Formats: sequence, structure tokens, C-alpha cells
Amino acid sequence: MSATVLAHDADRSASCGGGVADVLASSRPRWGRRLRNRLALGAVVLAVAATAVPLASVIWESVRRGMARIDAELFSSSMWAVVGPGGGLLHALVGTLLITAATALIAIPLGLGAAIFLTEYGAEGRLASLTRRAVDIMVSIPSIVAGLAAYALFSLLLGPGTRSGLAGAVALAMIMIPVVVRSSEEVLRLVPQDLREAGLALGAARHKVIRRVVLPTALPGLTSGAVLGVARIVGETAPLLLVAGFTDAMNYNLADGRMTTLPVFIYTQWSAKGLDTAAYDERAWAGALVLMAVVVALQLAARHLPAQIAKLRRNR
Amino acid sequence: MTATIPSAAGGAAARVHTSPAADPLDGPLAALAAAPWAAPGGAAAWPATPAPGSISIRAVSCFYGSHLAVADVSLEIPGRAVTAFIGPSGCGKSTLLRSINRMHEFIPGARAHGTIELDGVDLNAKGVDPVAVRSKIGMVFQKPNPFPAMSIRDNVLAGLIIRGERPPRAAADDLVEKSLRRAHLWEEVKDRLKKPGDSLSGGQQQRLCIARAVAVEPHVVLMDEPCSALDPISTLAIEELMRDLARDYTVVVVTHNMAQANRISDVTAFFSLAKAGQPGRLVESGPTADLFTAPQVAATRDYIEGRFG
Repeated sequence: MSATVLAHDADRSASCGGGVADVLASSRPRWGRRLRNRLALGAVVLAVAATAVPLASVIWESVRRGMARIDAELFSSSMWAVVGPGGGLLHALVGTLLITAATALIAIPLGLGAAIFLTEYGAEGRLASLTRRAVDIMVSIPSIVAGLAAYALFSLLLGPGTRSGLAGAVALAMIMIPVVVRSSEEVLRLVPQDLREAGLALGAARHKVIRRVVLPTALPGLTSGAVLGVARIVGETAPLLLVAGFTDAMNYNLADGRMTTLPVFIYTQWSAKGLDTAAYDERAWAGALVLMAVVVALQLAARHLPAQIAKLRRNR
Repeated sequence: MTATIPSAAGGAAARVHTSPAADPLDGPLAALAAAPWAAPGGAAAWPATPAPGSISIRAVSCFYGSHLAVADVSLEIPGRAVTAFIGPSGCGKSTLLRSINRMHEFIPGARAHGTIELDGVDLNAKGVDPVAVRSKIGMVFQKPNPFPAMSIRDNVLAGLIIRGERPPRAAADDLVEKSLRRAHLWEEVKDRLKKPGDSLSGGQQQRLCIARAVAVEPHVVLMDEPCSALDPISTLAIEELMRDLARDYTVVVVTHNMAQANRISDVTAFFSLAKAGQPGRLVESGPTADLFTAPQVAATRDYIEGRFG
């Protein structure tokens, strides 16, 4: 028995042409394989470049062209009665701030509420699967359609042709809610079941365990999701063109009258140039630069806030 | 007894229930027990005298959906003693343990039939609030689970914090110290009470969880394999603690470690099942010394001697 095994082993090593060194030597890649490897690597690098070059170009061009108008006047005046050079985007900055804040105020409670329902109460039920389906559909609603829906709603409520910052916020909330639901649901699912049980076993009602254990535990992730939701809508243009309209003047009232945001400002500067086209172009680029700065700031906040919150807890 | 903390049911002074014993915990927080035990007009009312915390399980069967997990268990659990549930995996020890404080209600499809009484009060009677049941019967889990978003101090106070009660600072400090001393943890953490609860070692975390459980003044502490995730030194600390807790609380512990059951328990209940998928049953129960030296049933002897399971 053992003799045959030995014979078999000897047989095999003979067929491989001898020892380990030979095996390794013959395993060195031949030129054909090395060539294919190089080609594949080249293709991947090319793909990265094709992605990165446009991005770098966008950043470079907005900085280069936008810097011309990054001055005090830009941040301290509106476009009211400006037809040539000068003027600013303060009205658009205020509009962005107000509309975005109103959107967040609508979308975060509703989105978080839906996520709490899905993770803490509804898990398996029919209403839960219906909610998930609805969220899936909402994610893919074209933003212009959300704008039309808000336009129709406010026309029915307040009369045809009503335009206001609040209507814009409602349209944007329709876009932001599904983003908040999805990110919050994901984060809430990461809260260990153990913690819920520990809270319940202390003799606390379920809603109190959710409020004082589940939500605080998930807070870093929830914050990050909410900020990403804001970053998603802060650059929206189409629905606001419909329902918030545009104006050259300051408007601090969400409920009354047209209100301009940064993306809409960029669009109007570019699309409705006056005689001094260079001045309009410069303002558009400056607006683009400011908007990009806002979005980058939001992205950075979303990335770093969770760690900051955790650090705060460690050091209190 | 001084009842200085205003609680939601502060007016119901007559129903204030004292803690299980005249122990260090019998302090200001005793007023918390005034939380309504049963809904107004409910059948059950908590006895006014200090209760020994004995549990009576009668003809209890537990189901997951249509699957019978535990069949027809009847068992008397003495107050202020350690009772160990032992037996092979899947025999329903943990399931039965959870049904004692109605934690099984959070597992979809789980239900329990039969009667479980704490000092003569049917815990499943109509009008008995499961939330109140859990405030009387605390639980410590297999894996230490302190709240990571809370400091060590807040973890001890978690029962109050989650219920939304805000004791005065001094009373809260007292409760934190007493509970941590009770859990043999005070000396190790007194200088870092503000650090997060999950900054401790595994064994310390488990003792923190025990401090958290006793801080709400339960009568009973259920422990579901509390040492299975711990090293031998930490396990020893928890075992000592369990013996110590039994002076004031009824302790029911599920364990896979028979030596542990032998060391720490006064009463042992041995559960088993005919084969996988069959319901678990109570095979034998009795004083630990008797059960380990002179088991009445062959299956118990086989299990204890390591011949099966």
C-alpha cells in the first residue's frame, strides 16, 4: 500500500520535470501575459484620468473665472437695479439659506420619522413594504416633476401662479425626504438590537427607548445623512425655477414672493445677459464658485461630523 | 425611608413600595417603585409589604410561531437565592428566562402560555403593564451592552434617564455610587464616571450592566449566560457578585457552565430535549447540592457527568 503511494509520488515529480525550482521558473509570466497586464493597467488609468480631468477642469475654471468677482460687493449687495458690472449675490445666498433650512425642517423630521417606523415598528408589515416602495419611487422622481407637484399644490391652495420660497422648499423636500429615509434607516439598523433590549429590560416604554437610546446612539450617522441630504438639494435648479421663481431683489420672507437661490442666480446670470455680457459671465462664475464651496463644505461636514460628535462625547 | 424624588406617581404615596430589603439601596430612589404597577382598575396591585421576590412558574409553554420551544414547565424559584438553569443548547432555558419578564414579546411570533407569578401576582394578567413588570424584573445579557452614547454615570442612571425622570443631583450621585458599589465596580471607575460606558473592559462592562439593572430597584435579576463572553478572572468577579446580589435580589441565571452552576446556585433546574427540533422540557430541579450529588433522573446524571450535551 505505502509502496504504491511512494511510487505514485515519484511518478508525479518526474512528470513535472524535477524539483521546486523548475516549477517556479516555469511559472514566471511569459511576455504575452505581461503585455496583457500592462494593457489592462493602462486602460484603468485612462478611465481614472477621463473621470478626473473634467472634475479638475470644472474646479479650475470656476476658480479662475470666478475669482474675478470674489469681492466685498458680491457678498453685500443684490442685483437690484444692476444692469452692468458690479452687483452681487447676497439675495441668492439668503434665499439658499432660507429655502435650504426650510427644506431641512420639513424633510428631516418626516424622513427620520419614516425611518423610525421602518426600523423600529414596521419591519415586516404590509405598510412597511408599501413605505419602502414609495421611497424607492420618490428617489427616482425627476426633480422637475417635484417642482410641478409643488407648483400645483400651492396653486390650488393659494391661487394659480403662486411663487414663494416655501413652495420651493416643499418641492425640494420631496427630493430630500427619500434621501433622509434611506440613510437614516441604514444607520438605525446599525444600532445593535442588544441596546434596545437593554433599554426595554430596564422597564422603559418602547418610544422612550427609541428616543433616549436608539436615536442618541445613531446620532453621528443620522447627522451625516441629513447633511448629505442637504448637499443633495442645495444645487437643485429646475424645481425652483418653476415654483420659487427668480428675482433680483432681497427677499427674507419664505411665505411671500419670489426667491432666488444660488443655482438659479447662476442660471439667470448666464441665460439673461444684459449688454455688458462679460459682467454677467463673471457673476455667473463667481456664483458657481460660491455654490461649489458650499457643497464641498457640506460634504466635508458630513464626513467629519460623526467623529467630532463621538469625540465630544469622549471628552465631556 | 425617605422618598425625596418626585416621580410621575408621586401622589400615590400609599403605593410606594420599599426595596427588597433594608439594604444600602433602600434610599431615596425607593420612591421610583411608585411607578404604577398596574393600570388603574387593573386586577393586580403590588403587595404593600416588602416582597421576597419568589417566582412561581406553572405549566408554561413557549412558542415561536407554531413551533413549541419549551413544553409545560412548572418550577418554583425561591426569593433571594440564586437559581441556575442548565441544559444543552436549544433546550429553551433562555426562552423561558425571557418569558419571566416578558422580554419574549419583542421577538416576532414568540408567545408564552401558562402562569408566571411574582410574589403571587400574575405577571401576564390583564391590566398588568409589561413595562412595569420589567422594572421589577431586570435583565443582564450574554454580551455586555452598556449604552455607548452615555457616560459610565449615565449608564447607571439609564433606567431613570430613559424613563425621563430627573432625580436631583445629590440623589443621583448617591444612586450611582451605591449601584456601582453593589456591582463591585465603584473603586475601578470612580475617577472616570464621565467616560463613555463602552470604554471599560468586557468584565467591567458586564458589572456596569449589573449596576444599571440594580439601580432601578428590581426584585429579580435575570441573567442570560452573563459570563460566556468573559475571561476567567472577570467570570470569577461576576460569580462573586451574583452570590452577593442574592442577599437582596432573586437571581436567575442561565449558564452552560456546570461548574459555575454548582459553585454559585442554591437551586438548579436541568432542562433538556429529546432531540434537535423537539421542545425543551424541565427534567429535574432541586437544591443544587442534591442535584449535583444525587440526581434523580438518569438524563441529569449523564449531563452532569459530561456524557452528553
